[in-house]
Formats: sequence, structure tokens, C-alpha cells
Amino acid sequence: MNGTAFKSVKQLPSTHLLGSGTPMCAGCGGLEALHQIYDVLGGRSVFVNAAGCMTLLAVYPFTPFRGSWLYTAMASAPAGAQGIRDALDILLRKEQIGAEEDLQVVALTGDGAAYGMGLSATSGAIERRLDFLYICYDNEGYGNTGQQYSAATPHGARTATSRGITGFTGYKKPLFDIWAAHKPAYVATVIGAEPLDLARKIEKAKGQKGPRLIIALSPCPTGWDFDPAESVAIGKLAVKCGMWPLKEYIDGRVAHTKQPTRRVPVERYLEKQGRFAHLFHPQRNEVLLSEIQARVDAYWEKVDS
Amino acid sequence: MKCNLLTGNGAAAWGARLARIDYVPAFPITPQTEIIESLAAWIDAGAMDGRLVTLESEHSMITAAGAAAATGVRVFSATSSQGLLYAMEMLYTVAGWRAPFVLVNVSRGLSAPITLEADHNDILAARDSGFLQLHCATCQEVLDTVLLAYRLAEDKQVRLPVLVNLDGFYLSFTREPVEIPSQEQVDRFLPAFDAGDLKFRASVPESQAVAVLGGAPYSYFRYQTQLAACNALTAYECIAEEFAALFGRRHEAIEAYRCEGAEYLFLMMGSFATKAKAAVDQLRSAGWWIGLLRPRLLRPFPAALFKQMLGGRRAVAVIDQNLSVGAGGVLHTEVAAALYGQSDAPPVLASFVGGLGGRDIAPEEFFQMAQVIRQAAETGEALPPRLLYTETELRETRKLQAIARAERLDLGEGP
Repeated sequence: MNGTAFKSVKQLPSTHLLGSGTPMCAGCGGLEALHQIYDVLGGRSVFVNAAGCMTLLAVYPFTPFRGSWLYTAMASAPAGAQGIRDALDILLRKEQIGAEEDLQVVALTGDGAAYGMGLSATSGAIERRLDFLYICYDNEGYGNTGQQYSAATPHGARTATSRGITGFTGYKKPLFDIWAAHKPAYVATVIGAEPLDLARKIEKAKGQKGPRLIIALSPCPTGWDFDPAESVAIGKLAVKCGMWPLKEYIDGRVAHTKQPTRRVPVERYLEKQGRFAHLFHPQRNEVLLSEIQARVDAYWEKVDS
Repeated sequence: MKCNLLTGNGAAAWGARLARIDYVPAFPITPQTEIIESLAAWIDAGAMDGRLVTLESEHSMITAAGAAAATGVRVFSATSSQGLLYAMEMLYTVAGWRAPFVLVNVSRGLSAPITLEADHNDILAARDSGFLQLHCATCQEVLDTVLLAYRLAEDKQVRLPVLVNLDGFYLSFTREPVEIPSQEQVDRFLPAFDAGDLKFRASVPESQAVAVLGGAPYSYFRYQTQLAACNALTAYECIAEEFAALFGRRHEAIEAYRCEGAEYLFLMMGSFATKAKAAVDQLRSAGWWIGLLRPRLLRPFPAALFKQMLGGRRAVAVIDQNLSVGAGGVLHTEVAAALYGQSDAPPVLASFVGGLGGRDIAPEEFFQMAQVIRQAAETGEALPPRLLYTETELRETRKLQAIARAERLDLGEGP
């Protein structure tokens, strides 16, 4: 990456802009990512939120944000972003406000909204070339209601609504591809456990106009069933085993930004999480384990070829 | 001032244009579409300095409308029927934001069965949302009411979104002579939107519509909305007075037509009230002491005015172009509640449901309703709610059923 202000982890902001003491769970991978994103993005922003865990960030009369906030509903955060962006543009054009009053408009939703109910609103916003940043914190299930499976849940995961021996029988929806198919200005996957990669991507997104969309895989101690202390380690493993490819779409091309040189077996990632415990106990489910591994292998074979 | 033949939709668009709206989040739906087409054409031609954006649904449209109003611009939008219901979650939400803007609803019956023609179940489904509601009966009133609605929505004591209702087809596509006021006149009545503290600016970070924990803050903010809506009663009177002084047209919260000395009253909303007026004229000529009350303002509900205007009458026929399934007519229930315990309340408050899905209410039916309530007032008999339907209609519907049955038999299916 050329022209980045972030050459090493040491150059990342050392103090956080986002306030502490929020009601997010201990070890929340979504909050970890949001802290880092907000540090790069800054407070001259308005976050337009959809129903999800992070709706509880701003509970009257408190907010951890330096900037502004608008809670909408589960399905329509991108439409809220549209209304604010259009209104600001109108006020700027009519010289009712100066450029110093302008704001970055940011939609902030979980995977429940991004992969499902809000997908139509997002598709509309991208198609209209809305100048906004979309951040999806993806904890692979309806986390705020107790981790029922969503369209973002990975194959085989146990959730509150997939407790059978094979776990979730569906497959994680390819949201990155769906977004990228709209040809927006920028799409990227990030994870809080890889802060340098994340900071560079947010920096890149911030410097552009048009629709810019980020999916942050968000290890979730309560939903994925692991010790909060493991959150960063599990995040790193998600990248190292190849299940969470760090990539970006820009100028019509997809590039992988942190390709694992020697991928660790997916088992190393899965065995750390209670939601996959049924793949190992009481006996190993070799069929399912090898299917998951094969899917990851197939993905990277395509990337390498 | 110029006078044109305008449809109800055209009048709504003119109202929005004269209000110098900044922003129109839009979504097409019959019979409303002409409104947004007119605005789009004016914006494209440079006749209006606004921005129109077509969203991908009414749910998103109302979200964008509320968000833009919450950022401090003047917003207009329009919808109908299924669209209003698709947006229902956001109607409640943006009213809770206290985002002032105007939404025109062109009434159309609700699915199922799916239909295109008018009744009031769509707009009445939004009754409890926090949007104020103004109901129109003529094309002139549509234009005027859009202007009044902005003053009401943006009033510092109110700050709520306003729904302006007109009936699909009967008003939306009917041309009537409409006086289009000059821009200078309208500017005197409706100055530029002063957003006050309601805005998003880099120098003044603001959290809007945040979550609350527990019933105490929740109730507080809900009560605030209720008090603001109640403030709109007085505010409406003042604004309507000012409008009358400037434009010479008076739009009372409840229109009273030939109510002087009236023992009997029709009570109904919307464009069909003009049919009731014609019936009143004929009945008056025949020696009846009868009149019409037509609420223009439905939210806030002008209960005190109803008490005053209905007190001492012998019998009232409330005609609802809506059906709260399992209960009956909505307006009837609300008027009855307002009159409860009042010593001079009319002894007969009869409920008639009719005009659903564009069904006409014929002059004979008005005469019949008048007869029925007069007889009840004389005999003291209790009147059950009535669903208006004629023998001819039943026969026509039976014919359709016979065709459906014949076709099915022909295909060898069913009995």
C-alpha cells in the first residue's frame, strides 16, 4: 500500500477517541474494531445506526461518540444516511452552512441488518452512489437477541436456533461479493485483531467519495462461546486459517491485503469456540470438518490461481 | 394569483412547490405518482430549487425524509395505501424524532383484496403514529392544506410531521378550479424553515433518537410528543386564522355545513363529504333540519369542538369510509368517546360504514341514513352499526361469483 500514514503498528493512534464504559460485552470484537475505525475516522462524523448490539452504545443521556448519532430502525440505516447526506449537500449548495460544518456520514449496523433486512436499503444506496461509509460489525448471528443464526452464520455453527448435531446447515452469505457487484467506490473486510490492515483500509475509505463499505468480522465471546480474553487470538486465527480473508475491492478489482503464507488448519480456529464444540465432542465429525476445510482450500486455490 | 384546473395530485404538488421544499425522497405508487412526477418535472426544468431522490421503498423513503428534516431542511414526500403501511415502522419512528415535514397520503383501500380505489383504512392505520392528520375534501383545500401543514409541523410548540390526506381517484384525478397563490403571498405566510436545535453540524455534535432504558424516560418522551400534538389544536386555530386573513379562505378544524338549527347531522371526512353536502341541500329543501360536520383535523383530535358542535342535536349519522375489522367505524368510536358523559350529547349516534375501495355513496343512501336516524330518534330504538350495500351490488357480486363457479366447473375442479 502506497501513501499510507500507517507504516507500522507504532504509528497507529495510541489514545482512543471513542469513550469507554459502554454496555458492550467484555471482549467484544465489534467494539474493538469500532475503536480503531473511529480513531482513524474522527469525530466529524454522524453515525446512523440500525437495530443491533451497538444500538446500546448511545443510551440516553450518554454516548461514547465525539460526533453525532442517529438511531433509525433495523432495515433502513443506509436510507437514514441518504437523508442526512442529501440534506447536508443541500445546505452546502445553498450556502446555509460552510464546509467546516460538513460531516462524514457513516452507517453502523450488525450482520443481521447488513446481510438480511437492510440489504435492499444498502443496495439502493450504492446504486444511487451515496457518499457514505458503511460499517458492518459481523458477529455471524443475531447477537443482541442471543445469537440466533443469521445469513452471516458460518456452516456448521451452533446457534440458539441451530442446536442440532450438524449446527447451522446454511452457508455464510457472500456479502463482500454482493456489495462489490454493485461497483461501489470501496469494499473491504477487516478485523480488530489486525489493526494495521484495518487502519490502512479506513484511511483509504476516508479519502474517497461514494459508497464505501466495510465488513468487520467481530469475534463474540457470548455468541461464539469463548473466554473474552481469547478474542484477539481468535480474530488472528480467523485470518491465519483463511476463513476470514482480508481483502478489498477498489477500481473494479479485488486484492487480498494480508494473505496467510502458511494457512493453519481451520480446526485450530474452530476448536477454540463453543459454537463448534459439537464438531469435536463427543466424537469428531470428520465429514463436516473436512467439508469446512475443503471450502476454505477451494477459496484460496482460486485466489492463488 | 392565478386560477387553474388542477387535479388533487397537481394541487398537492403546487403546495409543495410554493412551500419552497428543499428535498423530496420519493417512491411511486398509484394513485399518488402524479405528485412526484410533477415535482420531478419542475426540478428538472429548473422551476424549483429542490432535490428529488427515489428511494428503493417507502420504508427507506420515510427514513430519509425524517433524517433530512432532522438535519434541518424542508422535506416533502407523498405515498398511498400499501406504501404508507410499508413505511409504518418509520412513521412512528420519525414522529418520535420530532422531525417536522409534510407527507401527502392519497387514500386507497388496503389489500387484501388488492385494489386501487379510495377508502380511509390506510391513513387511519397511521392514526396513532404521532403524525398529525389533516383531511381534505377539495383540490383547493389540498393546496392550501400543504401550506398550513408546514406551518403546523414547524411550529416551535409542535415540531411533528404532518400527514395531509386526499382521496384517491375522487380527488387525486379530478380536476377542479384551484387558485394558485403567488410565491410572494406564500412566502409571507410560510417563512424559511428554522431548524433551531434540530440539526447535524460538525461544530455541534448531537445524538438524536438514542435508546432509553426503562419506562420513566420512555414515558417522558412519549408524553412530550402527546403534549406537542395537543399544542397543535391551538396552533392550528391561529395558523388557519392567519391563512384566512392572507388568502381569504377559511379552513376550520371541523367544517360545519348548514348546521345552524340542525337537529340531524351527517359526520364524515374526505371528498365524499361533498356528496353529503348535496344531500343536505336537498333534504333542507324538503324541510329537514339537517347539516354536515366534516373534521379536517383528525390528529390532534378536536374532542372539545365535537362536544360543542354535537351538543343538543337529536341524531347523528357517522359515516366511516374505513373498517376497523371486528370493531366497526373508527370515526364513530372516536366521536362516541368524545361525547361520553356529556349531558346534552345526541341520543342517537349511529354508525354507517360505506364507500370502501372506491364504492360510491349514492344520494338515496344519504336520504336513507337520514330517515334511519330520524326514526331512531323518534322511537328511541337502538341502532346496530350498518354496512352500506345495495341489493344491486349484491346481485352484481353474485354474478361474478357465478362466473367464477362456472369457470371452475368447466375446468372440472371442485363441486
